[in-house]
Amino acid sequence: MTDYNSSALVVIILLPAVGALLNGLFGRRFPRWLVSTVGCASVGLSFALAIWAAYFVFVSNGEERLRQDVYSWISTGGLSISIGLTLDALSTIMVLVVTGVSFVIHIYSIGYMEGDPSYARYFSYLNLFVFSMLILVLGDSLPVLFVGWEGVGLCSYLLIGFWFEDPAKAAAGKKAFIANRIGDLGFLIGMFVLFGFAHTLSIDGLAKAVASGAVPTVWITAACLLLFVGATGKSAQIPLYVWLPDAMAGPTPVSALIHAATMVTAGVYMVARLSFMFALSPTASAVVTLVGAVTAFFAATIGIAQTDIKKVLAYSTVSQLGYMFIGVGVGAYAAGIFHLMTHAFFKACLFLGSGAVIHALSGEQDMMRMGGLRRKMPWTYWTFLMSTLAISGCPFFSGFFSKDEILWKALSTSSPVGGWVHTLAYGLGLAAAAITAFYMFRLVFLTFHGESRIPDGVHVHQEKPVMSWPLAVLAFLAVVGGLPGASMFHVHWFEHFLEPVVATANVTQKGFASLQSSEWWAAGGSVLVGLLGFALAFNLYLQRTSGPGYLAARFKRTYDLVKNKYYVDEIYEIFPIKFIYYLALGLWRIVDTLIIDGLCVNGPAYAARGLGYIGRELQSGNLQVYAFWIFIGFSTLLLYLAHGLGLI
Amino acid sequence: MHSGFPILSLLLWLPLLGAFAILMIPSREKGLIRNLALGFSLVDLAIAIFLFHGFSSDDVGRQFVEKWSLINGLGVSYHLGMDGLSLLLVLLTAFLSPIVILSTYKAIDDRVKEFFFSLQLLQVGVLGSFLSMDVFLFYVFWELMLIPMYLLIGVWGGQRRVYAAVKFFLYTLVGSVLMLVAIIWVYLEHYKATGNLTADLFTLYGTKLSGHAQMLCFAAFALAFAIKVPMFPFHTWLPDAHVEAPTAGSVILAAVLLKLGTYGFLRFAYPLFPEAAAFFGPYIAVLAVIGIVYGALVAMVQPDVKKLIAYSSVSHLGFIMLGIVALTPMTVSGSLLQMVNHGISTGLLFLLVGVIYERRHTRLITEFGGLAKQLPWFSLCFMVATLASIGLPGTNGFVGEFLVMLGTFNSSVLDKLLGGRAYTIALTTVAGLGIILGAVYMLWMVQRVFFGPLSKDENRRLKDMNLREAIVVIPMIIIIFLIGLFPNLFLGKVQRSVDHFVGDIGRRAGIIETVSNDTKHKADKLVLDSPEAKHDRDH
Repeated sequence: MTDYNSSALVVIILLPAVGALLNGLFGRRFPRWLVSTVGCASVGLSFALAIWAAYFVFVSNGEERLRQDVYSWISTGGLSISIGLTLDALSTIMVLVVTGVSFVIHIYSIGYMEGDPSYARYFSYLNLFVFSMLILVLGDSLPVLFVGWEGVGLCSYLLIGFWFEDPAKAAAGKKAFIANRIGDLGFLIGMFVLFGFAHTLSIDGLAKAVASGAVPTVWITAACLLLFVGATGKSAQIPLYVWLPDAMAGPTPVSALIHAATMVTAGVYMVARLSFMFALSPTASAVVTLVGAVTAFFAATIGIAQTDIKKVLAYSTVSQLGYMFIGVGVGAYAAGIFHLMTHAFFKACLFLGSGAVIHALSGEQDMMRMGGLRRKMPWTYWTFLMSTLAISGCPFFSGFFSKDEILWKALSTSSPVGGWVHTLAYGLGLAAAAITAFYMFRLVFLTFHGESRIPDGVHVHQEKPVMSWPLAVLAFLAVVGGLPGASMFHVHWFEHFLEPVVATANVTQKGFASLQSSEWWAAGGSVLVGLLGFALAFNLYLQRTSGPGYLAARFKRTYDLVKNKYYVDEIYEIFPIKFIYYLALGLWRIVDTLIIDGLCVNGPAYAARGLGYIGRELQSGNLQVYAFWIFIGFSTLLLYLAHGLGLI
Repeated sequence: MHSGFPILSLLLWLPLLGAFAILMIPSREKGLIRNLALGFSLVDLAIAIFLFHGFSSDDVGRQFVEKWSLINGLGVSYHLGMDGLSLLLVLLTAFLSPIVILSTYKAIDDRVKEFFFSLQLLQVGVLGSFLSMDVFLFYVFWELMLIPMYLLIGVWGGQRRVYAAVKFFLYTLVGSVLMLVAIIWVYLEHYKATGNLTADLFTLYGTKLSGHAQMLCFAAFALAFAIKVPMFPFHTWLPDAHVEAPTAGSVILAAVLLKLGTYGFLRFAYPLFPEAAAFFGPYIAVLAVIGIVYGALVAMVQPDVKKLIAYSSVSHLGFIMLGIVALTPMTVSGSLLQMVNHGISTGLLFLLVGVIYERRHTRLITEFGGLAKQLPWFSLCFMVATLASIGLPGTNGFVGEFLVMLGTFNSSVLDKLLGGRAYTIALTTVAGLGIILGAVYMLWMVQRVFFGPLSKDENRRLKDMNLREAIVVIPMIIIIFLIGLFPNLFLGKVQRSVDHFVGDIGRRAGIIETVSNDTKHKADKLVLDSPEAKHDRDH
């Protein structure tokens, strides 16, 4: 791999930062068109420059990379962190996805946020997000990556709580931040562990240290698991996924950009970026695989019973992120990133489509009050349908190639930890695929098909062109985005492109892995379960519309459990939230107020005052009392003397 | 390094000159008094910046030294100097002074003359404590701080100001009296051993004390400083003092006075009694970590914003103490930087609370809600302070916390002190909970104060920050990002002093041989390079 110095990288990063500053500080005085121009142009230019820089990496087939050392950030006491940026094959994909999808969503936002009084603040936050996300994907050391990691978390917090007058929205923002913070502690400690052995935190340095055996395997596993704790926070995996559904409180373009296409995939990116470590730790990889698989299945089941259109998509995102972790867990790093990319296309499109619906219905998000929108919003409907086909794994759509690549790799390889790991992941992934097709078509049918259940008096307005075009672009990508990795047609471009930067996992290929026919059979299996899900949704939501109600009543307990998201939020509310709150209250009231202050500090003070009161009684000014004390004293003295002289 | 011009004296005594100048002015000339105080503090700041600029980062010894004999027979001298341990704190003190003064223009309208006189006197006490290199001189300044602070709380404070002031005074006094005993003890022991009466700190560093005496003396110093920091369980004066003190008092208290505790460990307790420091290290570390978690938890349930910030200080200062105990170049640099960071971010939080208190005359969280709508600029500033406080990367708080945590986790000194690698890992991990809880209590407070509907009518009439308030706040915000993005500007200045300090203490405490190879190498090299070492070799 050859390094070339390029100062374009910092410009790619700084453009959105400039946009954020301009709109943040002066946006309130800017006319609206200027805010939009600054917001969109900064990201657009960044995208253009990224394409220019990426071209260099593309022509080298990922063999070469651009690097830039911006400045030395922290250097003291044996630690030296510089703000360094690297554009290699992996970050090329990420930068293009981030700036490209961001640009499209910025444009869409012009329409979606049109009437909002805090228009400039919105664009400022959105640009700040792109800035942070670019630091995350271009940073060439863990601390710099962490800067972006926390930065995107901040923007997510600010944008979830964008309409902060609503207490529920503000609370959702806080919840996201704190869930992420819990993960971040894992990330931090993972870094600490690595630094102890490698004495560096630059990714190249770590790769060298790991390769040279400077880090014992057990500590590699520990570090990987700790870093993965960070990933479960950022990428909403069990047990820290709970913030993502609540994050839907933010404006819908934000859900599309941050909570579907880009930020939430940071954990997957991080694992792929550090594949040289994860590949050496079968245990950590197995944990990643299993957490991903269980999350993929678990979140998909919740998606079945939600009626809020954005909530369905949110659980779908959690579930799809689970797939990506299966990918990077079973050692198919390129496949994980591939699915990250296609998911960015179709999920962004789905969210923006749902946004168009919500916008058209003046803020309605309940699918039970939608229906029949197909005719009123054809543009939205068709793009939404394309993306639904993509996520459901319909053959030749992007999601088909990327999801199948992951499932195939899980099926055809075996982990050193045990053969059951990948098999179980495959099973859960396949089941989740069926459920995905079901809940997605349920959503489509409830929203766009059937009779309109829109309350009277709600005027449905057709989406504006500024919102339609982004939908079209993303839908197009959702259809064709899988072609660079259409492995069953012998297109392995994507995998080869990433080959120089991701590691080869420590897994065994099963006997049938080399047979092209078995890959076809596997793909056929996923298509079949997808069809099953589709057929069920078709039957229940188009043909026998009384079916869902009947089933919900028939299996009431199961239905309630799923509908209420397995009561996980309620459990967390008791532990740890309430538990910590009362613990803190107890510490304050008992330890601080009662023991330290009451007993130890004011105690002696009261004792001194008590003594003072007694002393004061002695000097009351009352002659009789004085005479009494003189008498007592004198008698005592006499007795003492008498005793001393031997008289008594 | 001796410089011809007594620039440290100028820095130190200028506020006193200001204090007397203020005394000359009739009480009714409030504006003149304020402007005069501001003028003096600005000149002082200019001097401090000049000193920072002139401070040589290659020199591990004290710079700008002034030394005159004060009481010949007793070996007490007027000995001022500055090294990497005090440089940043002196700069912080001088930087905050004009900001604090400007912040009081409206808030303090009663006994203005006396107020600024006290403030200037406090400045002298603080600067003197940081600059003194003679133990008795230090003690005089240390006690001198107490009186103006007592007055600031007791006269210009809130409703329970007398209780808070007395509590502050007595708490601190208990510690300082014991410290005085220990100072005299060391002073006499040194005399017994060498026949030389001297209160010069660096001569006393070499005093050989019996193990028993070292333990007692360290305990006395440590208690005095632990109360000042404050470390759990000696912290209960702080919430009361903060809540009752006027804004200016709270800012100085949090930003500077607490740092005298942590500074005291670095300047006095550790170098004077290194072996005892190693012995007590584990206990201090455990108390520091308890403080981190406990302070954060208790901060979470406070109904009063100022009290919340006060408890958050207990938590933040725990990190600083942990960094000192871990005793590696990385952690001590991190602690020094974190002292400044806490001063800036907590100082800013108190200033902002003061801004809103002047308008609403309450600090109860429940009295607010939805302020972000009404006061966008104020909310933005508060948000920045919050993010700095919870250590978001890009702000100053991250750099300090990261250095302390990274260094502590990998500190072989701490491994040795605690008796095992596993203990270090466990302790650091528990300390890490403070990072999570920090986000919890701050963001929860922000949510309740700034977000949600603007439900209280009183809050609908609030005005956003005015120009004066903006001028107070903006420099702090600039510093937050300056340190966050370019920490090397400050770390670079102190690095060699810190390396020297760590090497010196480690060697004398007998824990150096377990220090990791590269640290040891560096420390040895520094000891060889240092002027003291050269001096020692020559004799």
